Amino acid sequence: MKKEFDARTIVVVALLIVLALLPVYSVLSGDRFIVTLFTRILILGLAATSLNLILGYGGMMSFGHAVYLGIGGYAVGMLAHEGIYSGFVQWPVALVASALFALVIGALSLRTRGVYFIMITLAFAQMAYYVIAGLARYGGDDGLTIDKRSQFGILNLSNKITLYYICFALLLACIYLVWRLINSRFGMVVQGVRSNELRMRAIGFPTYRYRLVCFVIAGTICGLAGALLANHTDFVSPAMMYWTRSGDLIVMVVLGGMGSTFGPLIGAVALLVLEEALSGITEYWQIILGPLLLLVVLFARGGIDGLLAKVRAKVPA
Amino acid sequence: MSAPILQVESLAKRFGGIVATDNLSLAIEEGELHAIIGPNGAGKTTLIAQLAGQIAPDSGSIRFMGDDIGVLPMDRRARLGLARSFQITSLFLDLSVLDNVMLAVQAHAGHSFRFWRNARREPVLQERARGALERVGLLPRADLPASALSHGEHRLLELAMALAGNPRMLLLDEPMAGLAAEESARMVTMLRALKNEFTILLVEHDMEAVFALADRITVLVYGRVIASGAPQEIRANAQVRDAYLGEAEVVGAAHG
Repeated sequence: MKKEFDARTIVVVALLIVLALLPVYSVLSGDRFIVTLFTRILILGLAATSLNLILGYGGMMSFGHAVYLGIGGYAVGMLAHEGIYSGFVQWPVALVASALFALVIGALSLRTRGVYFIMITLAFAQMAYYVIAGLARYGGDDGLTIDKRSQFGILNLSNKITLYYICFALLLACIYLVWRLINSRFGMVVQGVRSNELRMRAIGFPTYRYRLVCFVIAGTICGLAGALLANHTDFVSPAMMYWTRSGDLIVMVVLGGMGSTFGPLIGAVALLVLEEALSGITEYWQIILGPLLLLVVLFARGGIDGLLAKVRAKVPA
Repeated sequence: MSAPILQVESLAKRFGGIVATDNLSLAIEEGELHAIIGPNGAGKTTLIAQLAGQIAPDSGSIRFMGDDIGVLPMDRRARLGLARSFQITSLFLDLSVLDNVMLAVQAHAGHSFRFWRNARREPVLQERARGALERVGLLPRADLPASALSHGEHRLLELAMALAGNPRMLLLDEPMAGLAAEESARMVTMLRALKNEFTILLVEHDMEAVFALADRITVLVYGRVIASGAPQEIRANAQVRDAYLGEAEVVGAAHG
């Protein structure tokens, strides 16, 4: 009996096993840093997964997606600063604030197309950046240190490994959520609009409201990532939502594979591990990373995930 | 005779100095196949675009099944049962053939704010989409990506998508554009079968097809109706001959 596997399935399964067992390795080897690094990777992987929903599946090239990282993060940071530590308050506020913000940005930006859409999403994100940077009460430019992480009863987020597994579980839950969404009626509409919006309207879909709802869902998930990031770093600053961070998220999605289920996670792992490894070799690691990205964009339209899907191997089952 | 299913009155549209639709009135009876012919630039596609709601007319009214639809957006008109196929093939090329038609079915099966259930596995959507594909003979190609089909098959897929939503009326914009003779003949057979079920507004350059299919023909020149009537009347109309039919041979050849 021979069974056909593609390299993609193998890599995704292997990656998930490694991620699941990483804290065990960390405890056994005494390498504490690796959990910190990978918690960050999981969180940004979650943010990239949410961006993939609008960028990869919906064809909406948002250049301001990191703004929700900032809003989710600042919801946690500001509430903590005011003495409200309960996660049952902080996190819903983070999600609702991100959703509302996405609703406003989306309602305006989705009336435009192409370059204008990119510029409006970017403009909104930068506006939020400067507003937050101007809030002296919450540290302004310097950011805000969070003295206590979100309180969830017996769950102790200050424990690195607990936080790691919370991030891992939420990431998997959101990947599953996006996968369900994409294959539902709603997701079919979103993908139809990416493919040919005029045709979608001609067959009877009021496309604007579907795109808007999709935009809000993506923003909300990214807000969750922001709340996690604030807990992970015990610190929030306007830099979380700076446009270069939005660019990083786009790079993760494109590198991993637009419109693929696990692509954004693969992209986040690849980008951040490369960044970590290369910055250990040279200060000018971006000189190496840049051409690598160029190669992926030029020769692997489907990103790493797309490349892997092409590699098929016959293995005995 | 009952009220016309589609009634257009004094429709006008200018693009700068060009008059695309010039005080055009038209009534389409339920169940007829009404062909619109005219030389290139006569404003046929512009007319379809106004009926479908893609282009807003400068003035005039459009009534469909008794209701004024002139102010409704394109998607509302489609949901009322006005289905359009495009002159230049307009499909979801990166989705499968079946997905293309399933989306057209889905548009007419309630709202799509359903976030969880797998749409591709919904029996209702599946059955209706497969039914529409079967009618145009594309069922064996259902699982291919739409981009893998030939031009002729794309035209058929356009038609299947128009049929999928259980329309009341079809607006077909040159369904035979770019088809080889054999494919054209197949399309004519198909339209003849559809004629009994749907009211059809057909814009077409292929005169042979038009005269074989149409119950009534309206001739447009420079956005104006110069004649309207049964095929024999149109054939016999001297004005139409002068303005159009002679030239049609040339136009037809250029498109063939």
